[in-house]
Amino acid sequence: MSHCRKRCKRQLIKVARYFYRFLTGTLTQDSIEDDFELSTVCHRPEGLEKLQEQTKFTKKELQVLYRGFKNECPSGVVNEDTFKIIYSQFFPQGDSSTYAHFLFEAFDTNKNGSVSFEDFVIGLSIILRGTINDRLNWAFNLYDLNKDGCITKEEMLDIMKSIYDMMGKYTYPCMQEDAPREHVENFFQKMDRNNDGVVTIDEFIESCQKDENIMQSMQLFDNVI
Amino acid sequence: MAAGVAAWLPFARAAAIGWMPVANLPMPVAPTEKNKCQDELIILNVSGRRFQTWRNTLDRYPDTLLGSSEKEFFFNEETREYFFDRDPDVFRSILNFYRTGKLHYPRYECISAYDEELAFFGIIPEIISDCCYEEYKDRKRENAERLMDDNEDGKDSKLPNMTFRETMWRAFENPHTSTMALVFYYVTGFFIAISVITNVVETVPCGSMPNQRDIPCGERYTVAFFCMDTACVMIFTVEYLMRLFAAPSRYRFMRSVMSIIDVVAILPYYIGLVMTNNEDVSGAFVTLRVFRVFRIFKFSRHSQGLRILGYTLKSCASELGFLLFSLTMAIIIFATVMFYAEKGSASSKFTSIPASFWYTIVTMTTLGYGDMVPKTIAGKIFGSICSLSGVLVIALPVPVIVSNFSRIYHQNQRADKRRAQKMQKARLTRMRISKTGSSNAFLHSKRNGMPNQALELPSSTGDERHLNKTTSIIESQHHHLLHCLEKTTNHEFVDEQLFEQSYLESGLQSFPSRSPSLSSREGVTGTCCSRRAKKSSQPTNAAHTHPHTHPHTHNLQELSAIHIQCGEQQTLNTSRSSLNMMPDEAGLNCKSSSQVTTAIISIPTPPNNNSPNSPEAPSNPPCNSSVGVVKVSAL
Repeated sequence: MSHCRKRCKRQLIKVARYFYRFLTGTLTQDSIEDDFELSTVCHRPEGLEKLQEQTKFTKKELQVLYRGFKNECPSGVVNEDTFKIIYSQFFPQGDSSTYAHFLFEAFDTNKNGSVSFEDFVIGLSIILRGTINDRLNWAFNLYDLNKDGCITKEEMLDIMKSIYDMMGKYTYPCMQEDAPREHVENFFQKMDRNNDGVVTIDEFIESCQKDENIMQSMQLFDNVI
Repeated sequence: MAAGVAAWLPFARAAAIGWMPVANLPMPVAPTEKNKCQDELIILNVSGRRFQTWRNTLDRYPDTLLGSSEKEFFFNEETREYFFDRDPDVFRSILNFYRTGKLHYPRYECISAYDEELAFFGIIPEIISDCCYEEYKDRKRENAERLMDDNEDGKDSKLPNMTFRETMWRAFENPHTSTMALVFYYVTGFFIAISVITNVVETVPCGSMPNQRDIPCGERYTVAFFCMDTACVMIFTVEYLMRLFAAPSRYRFMRSVMSIIDVVAILPYYIGLVMTNNEDVSGAFVTLRVFRVFRIFKFSRHSQGLRILGYTLKSCASELGFLLFSLTMAIIIFATVMFYAEKGSASSKFTSIPASFWYTIVTMTTLGYGDMVPKTIAGKIFGSICSLSGVLVIALPVPVIVSNFSRIYHQNQRADKRRAQKMQKARLTRMRISKTGSSNAFLHSKRNGMPNQALELPSSTGDERHLNKTTSIIESQHHHLLHCLEKTTNHEFVDEQLFEQSYLESGLQSFPSRSPSLSSREGVTGTCCSRRAKKSSQPTNAAHTHPHTHPHTHNLQELSAIHIQCGEQQTLNTSRSSLNMMPDEAGLNCKSSSQVTTAIISIPTPPNNNSPNSPEAPSNPPCNSSVGVVKVSAL
């Protein structure tokens, strides 16, 4: 009973306050505080020297990279949406959001939902300045969506679909619906040595090293920056 | 590609590592940077004020002055800086455009000065960002109108070869052009006034018969009034027929408001002439005379202010509608309340709810005739609430109408809204073209550069110079990236027309094997990748989820098709890079409205996923593809 009375009293006070504000014209107060999200998550990277040690980039390269990074992400970290938007600017004809999502997962090594400049630059260092084995490792890490050490057909299919999505609609020849699946079958035939339905890291690296095309294309990254 | 993210291109290229292990074909050769110069600061001296920026920042927009090699013309050897003899204040916003990717229009700048600077630096005004675009367009429109006003005063001189009809029409529309027109103008005005006055005086009681009540003048001097009426109608009819004759588009003239008013003004007279015999419809005939008052609207040809008023009411139609609607709602509510409040009272005038409508209207508009007053206390309370709310409801939309009127009056009543809509469409078209320019740039460079890349020869210096002139480093790297993606998925990017055309070709080829009934059964949605996605902002482009299987005929030979594109679809490569192209390219990129390109489509070697495909014998037949696309295909 007293519970009800307390609630009634609270409601009455609220109504009285409302009427007071109604009469004095201060009904809609500027709720300044509500609009401010806590978007002031600012992250500063570690010093230039430390990054030079951790990566294989020169000072100038790090500077250029950071300037570009900071331009798009003034707060110092990239979240997934910004990542997707940036990546999609390079592929105007298709939908690159799924592939960007996988990339984001691969770059975000500590799984906190945002990529800081260190993560970014460390990932780039492996791809652009690492050995061929490092690069293949990184690629395997990208494909292995659940990070369990082996690539299943479903994971590969997801990746393949995301790549094909980037092509968009206007392609020649016209995109068939099972093109990704065909491609995945192809891939597994080539990579899966023991035919157990998954590709482990060793099978992957071994098969890639035997493939001329892949070896050659891995060397493309030597002079990207 | 948005140049603002040019700095992320290395990242995008690095991310291509995900495609390499799955690709079946070898990747194309990467473009090498000839002069791998480090990023350097360049100094831009604009009338003494020095701006500094990275060279890369300026390279983001290669089809502007600062981004292309055109700025070398302004390079000052002694001081090692680029000197521009232009306004430094406007240059600030231009340089900020390079830095942030957004072009802003400073409000204090004169619009024509700003336009000149933009034109000098090769930036199209359409990319002004949305925050400043409305302001820019408004100022531009005002400026244009001011210029037009100045020009119109000097335009009254008679053009040499006008036909008699055109002269007449001009005379009708602008009475100041000739004395005859002026005379005609005043005569018609006079007769309109006469007609209106006679209509009014007709009903005044003048004099009385000895034994009866006053009779109106119209019945006393019937003949005189009839003659006057006839004369006026004669003049109006002649005027209407002359206008009809002189109008450049008779059909449009007949539909215009003024001509409808003319017709309505003179029609009662003729109907009256026809119907005098028939006594039954004379009652209707009397009501028809009411329409004679429409003659007063003919004055709007003579008065600019009346036209403005009419246009204002038309443009405020939504506010008026709202006013009416809210009034109706309030009337119904209060009438109901008053009726039930006054129900108890003995000799109440509020006999029904519709009867209370009258009270409510009179009270809400603060007229207060006093023929119906509430007598109960409840009635009085609600009556006072009614009058208070009436003031509010009416006072709210009125200032909108007033401000509209003043705005239009000051702008002299042009059809800005129609023009603004047209401009909006044109602006969107231009922006779309420049945006799709990026994706089409890749396709174009493919067509231009593919022979070079296919040969994989270190091209002769001439070609290399040509390539370097046409595409900046960033663009060539971006194109290489897209090329890698093509190789990975074994499909090629094409633009919309080639896509449809190739589909049409393959559809025609396999058509004989299909029965027509199948194709009609499948219906319109049988198109492969059917939904026509607009070439709009690509980040929001939904992934095409279920393309229908396409009856591939991998045995197509090399087609060469000549297709005619209309000028708008053509990428407006009126950029500087295209101006530097070799002559045969320039010949193709002619800026005339139609353009003929030769497209050579070569089929890649059938992928090994062909064999499992053919037994499936795709169930979806080819369908009639798009309409409205004109292709001339020559094999």
